Amino acid sequence: MTPAPALPIVLALVGAALATLAWQRVRLQRAVSLASLTGALVAAGAMLAATRDGTVLTTEVGGWSADIGIALSVDLTSALLLTVSLATMLAVLVFSIAQRTDDPRVFHPTYLVLTAGVSLAFITGDLFNLFVSFEMLLIASYVLVTLGGRRDQVSHGMTYVVINLLASTLFITTIAFVYAACGTVNLAELGVRFPALDDDLRLALGLLVLTVFGIKAALFPLFSWLPDAYPAAPTPITAIFAGLLTKVGVYALVRSSTSLGLQDLGPILLVAAGLTMVIGVLGAIAQNDVKRILSFHVVSQIGYMVMGLGLFTVAGIAGAILFVIHQIPVKTSLFLVGGLIEAREGTGALDRLGGLARAVPLVAALFVLPALSLAGIPPFSGFVAKLSLIEAGSAAQSYVIVAVSLVGSALTLFSMTKIWAGAFWGAAPEDAPEPAEASDDPTSGRPNHALALAATIGAVGLTVLIAVASGPLYEWSVTAAEQLLAGPSGTVGP
Amino acid sequence: MIVSLAVAAAVLFATGTYLLLQRQLSRIILGLALLGHGSVVALLVAGGRTGDPPLVDGEPTGTYSDPLVQAMALTAIVITFAVIVFLLALASRSWELTGDDAVEDDTEDRRVAALTGIEELEETFEPAADEREGLDDDADAAPADAPGSALDPAGGAVAP
Repeated sequence: MTPAPALPIVLALVGAALATLAWQRVRLQRAVSLASLTGALVAAGAMLAATRDGTVLTTEVGGWSADIGIALSVDLTSALLLTVSLATMLAVLVFSIAQRTDDPRVFHPTYLVLTAGVSLAFITGDLFNLFVSFEMLLIASYVLVTLGGRRDQVSHGMTYVVINLLASTLFITTIAFVYAACGTVNLAELGVRFPALDDDLRLALGLLVLTVFGIKAALFPLFSWLPDAYPAAPTPITAIFAGLLTKVGVYALVRSSTSLGLQDLGPILLVAAGLTMVIGVLGAIAQNDVKRILSFHVVSQIGYMVMGLGLFTVAGIAGAILFVIHQIPVKTSLFLVGGLIEAREGTGALDRLGGLARAVPLVAALFVLPALSLAGIPPFSGFVAKLSLIEAGSAAQSYVIVAVSLVGSALTLFSMTKIWAGAFWGAAPEDAPEPAEASDDPTSGRPNHALALAATIGAVGLTVLIAVASGPLYEWSVTAAEQLLAGPSGTVGP
Repeated sequence: MIVSLAVAAAVLFATGTYLLLQRQLSRIILGLALLGHGSVVALLVAGGRTGDPPLVDGEPTGTYSDPLVQAMALTAIVITFAVIVFLLALASRSWELTGDDAVEDDTEDRRVAALTGIEELEETFEPAADEREGLDDDADAAPADAPGSALDPAGGAVAP
């Protein structure tokens, strides 16, 4: 049985509507959210099973043909990323419920709209529809960042909204230019018509596309909004943003550059990738707060994904896809551990933490696994992903970027040891407050620490699962990359 | 017609960019609104020459305008409008919290400036805690900068 590509989106949006109707009953809202997200995850898994061999599932929405209507298309890349994303989102939802950060009545509907936006971004086969999906997830994210209405949330949220709205405006303009040049916004059809354009025109449009998705993906030098905006939100929200939203930007970059055939921009992408890796990780080293360190790491890791794309070889893009798959749960679980620390100690500042390895060994273990994975230490998932990228770089004889990526890895390990030494080793600071039994957050009921821990274990378990299954996952990534590079992704053309 | 629309889009982009670079949130939001309009006009230009309405008496005329860009423009307008309204709500909340319409200095910038001993940030952006009347005067009006609020992060980054 093959599910309809639109199923995850429909489930999430129906869930959002039901959750809105049930806004006075938190328990019901939670049940609705969990049910619709689980349903979407099952549908995504079924699509993954169906596209495993390279089949492409397509739908023309409303029966309109693809040249005037909207085409949805699920290939292996979409299905892989969709499944990993939805699994991670489910873990974060459980974590939010456990920490009672879901209390304000708008959380559940907004979170489900975010889910729908992310799913649509992975599934759509149409450039304008990609814009719509970005707006769906961005508007949901605007609300989630500023949900508390605190002063830092408002000022950082403002930067976040302004930057993203500017990027969206550029996106519309880019779509206008592409449509004027090619007469279509269907990605498969663009794959045929775009390469036929003049070289100069292709370069100009390609750079516009690169800028738009560069802002969304927080690529150097367009990343400066991210380390401010992300830590302002409540921890589970930061976790899902860090894990997912920039990766959707990377996915859009991969999808559009392979569809439009932007190989000429490869060198620019590689330079941007190298700078993103190094500057992101240097920013992380300079920080003192757990969430801010991790936010700079988000930027740094984007560089690795774009490195794979910039090579424009099957191995490179396969490495990039594998890296995104590994990165989504790893980043999320690191932030969730940060949230556990904050919930326990009331702060995320490294100079006010210490001795957690003795006090809460389980949390320490939950930090170590994804942290080593992030730095690319074998046998964790990051090692496999980085190894495939470095092999691809060597095969393409781009030794400079390979060297830069290795330096970036070493620096990543260094800043992870900084968190480890600051938070987990050493003596607990003397003026430390007693472990917070009841936080002073305006939340209803006491946070359920056991459930939050379980959700974190689930997210970390996902990263371990990816490490264990990295063999087949790499093979799937190669198939997916071949599909991407083979041109039009099989979307129904006119 | 296409030329005049293209000129209109260019003017909208130019004024929008100018306003976006201002220090007041209200001007930034207006700038974004103008940029949004500019991109929608660009989208309309992308549809080519104007023609007849596409569905007159159910018969295609053969010379009708491209309906696709109009559908896309409509979607873009709705989305931009919604986000602009959200931004206005944020700006209003920011006014409630800080009593000011200006974008604050970036805390990170301040820290770096303090490390290097550069004084320009303070010079360009003086605290004006007790002068609420002077808010509308110029971009120099700053949010209340009590010592305790030094950790309050700020929105736009400002290079020294």
